[in-house]
Amino acid sequence: MPPTRGGSTMAERPVAQGPASPGRPLWLLAELTYRCPLQCSYCSNPLDFAAQHNELSTDEWIDAMRQARAMGAVQLGFSGGEPLVRQDLETLVTEARKLGFYTNLITSALGLNETRIGALREAGLDHIQISLQAGDADVAAAVAGSPKAHAKKLAMARAVKAAGYPMVLNVVLHRHNIDDIDAIIALCDDLGADAVELANCQLYGWAHLNRTGLLPSREQLEAAEATTQRWREALAVRGRDMRLLFVVPDYYAERPKACMGGWGAIFMTVAPDGTVLPCHSARILPMTFPSVREQSLETIWYESFAFNRFRGDAWMPSPCRDCDERHQDFGGCRCQAYLLTGDPTATDPVCALSPDHSLIEATREEAAADRRSAHELTPRNTHESKVFCRA
Amino acid sequence: MSEAIDRSTVYRLRPGWRLQWEEAQQCHVLLYPEGMVQLNESAGAILTLLDGKRDVAALLAELERRYPQAPVQELAQDVEEFLHDASNQGWIHHG
Repeated sequence: MPPTRGGSTMAERPVAQGPASPGRPLWLLAELTYRCPLQCSYCSNPLDFAAQHNELSTDEWIDAMRQARAMGAVQLGFSGGEPLVRQDLETLVTEARKLGFYTNLITSALGLNETRIGALREAGLDHIQISLQAGDADVAAAVAGSPKAHAKKLAMARAVKAAGYPMVLNVVLHRHNIDDIDAIIALCDDLGADAVELANCQLYGWAHLNRTGLLPSREQLEAAEATTQRWREALAVRGRDMRLLFVVPDYYAERPKACMGGWGAIFMTVAPDGTVLPCHSARILPMTFPSVREQSLETIWYESFAFNRFRGDAWMPSPCRDCDERHQDFGGCRCQAYLLTGDPTATDPVCALSPDHSLIEATREEAAADRRSAHELTPRNTHESKVFCRA
Repeated sequence: MSEAIDRSTVYRLRPGWRLQWEEAQQCHVLLYPEGMVQLNESAGAILTLLDGKRDVAALLAELERRYPQAPVQELAQDVEEFLHDASNQGWIHHG
């Protein structure tokens, strides 16, 4: 599960107004592979991931990391798919750490064992983020398509803490697990998490395909937020330092999110095949993205058409163009605009001022009528993906 | 304002967090899971000296040596305020 934001503090830095003077990339997300043992129906990977076979080699990754570091990137996320599938992960962590990156492993924990935790520690890995699908094994199995994964994750979370890492647990919330949030937070507390991301799933990739079966109701959302707030207060009383970050689904917001802190502002993803993207969802857009196999990251970041396409505000349509908030939310998310309207330059329909906002309302209504269980959603696996490769 | 800090307290960076000089940003930064704090010069100077051995008294003595032109009272007050804030923010731990 890739991260959804570039870190709150980083996002606060001022962002350039026009394509002429972009800031430097501070975040490199290295999506090492699309291979993954789980089949989460909310995965943000592209639907046609099965068409991607040509993963970057160890040397190509090291070269990309060196270039990004030279440009000023300092946070590095190893993500996927499941990054532990790559047997050269320890080598990549060693190199990244030598370069001075703060290294984050964003993992399902499947493929982790105590030997590997030790080897990653030795390599200098700074932080491990483990995803949990639910508070109990049955719901977790229904969501991830694996009956054994939950127990394995809990064992590995304990091992990660025992090895002295800071640990962030990430729980993607949706209608099938959000009502268990009290048990989920209790579990994270018990596992010794330093922070918990309670992130309502963002509706891209597989999550977009399954969106009406994932989106919680407003009542579910409000109850979950209230429970989270009660936990914050109780944790403070106990002096327990476990930060709870609650991310609301933007389908219930009045204004769009400031996606990635702005297009090509602080964040850069390198996909398994070397494609360079302003965020991990962007390859769905009807445009061509450059590759580290063909150009330097410096050229791509500063000069490519793709990275300059939505910088600044000159590209914005009405109502964004004249809106006082256009430098706060940057017109919202380009992927969401495209997925919902077919036009990547449209105002994000999440915005109540968008002429397409009724699409969001319609999806909420459709979701309310969707009675599918977690088992009935489309699982993210190679078999299903091949349908989209042919399409 | 904040209560006085015991001068024998030994602060250290929160485990797993890292302080480093960033040439590209021309400042010290505090790095933590998926995030970063850009530090001003004095915050960078103080955190650099928190090696897990120096107590607050030794920290102040070292800063007085490095910044002889700074009024001693004022320096101590600024440092105590910073340590208090940094502790509340969870950047540093003690004990």
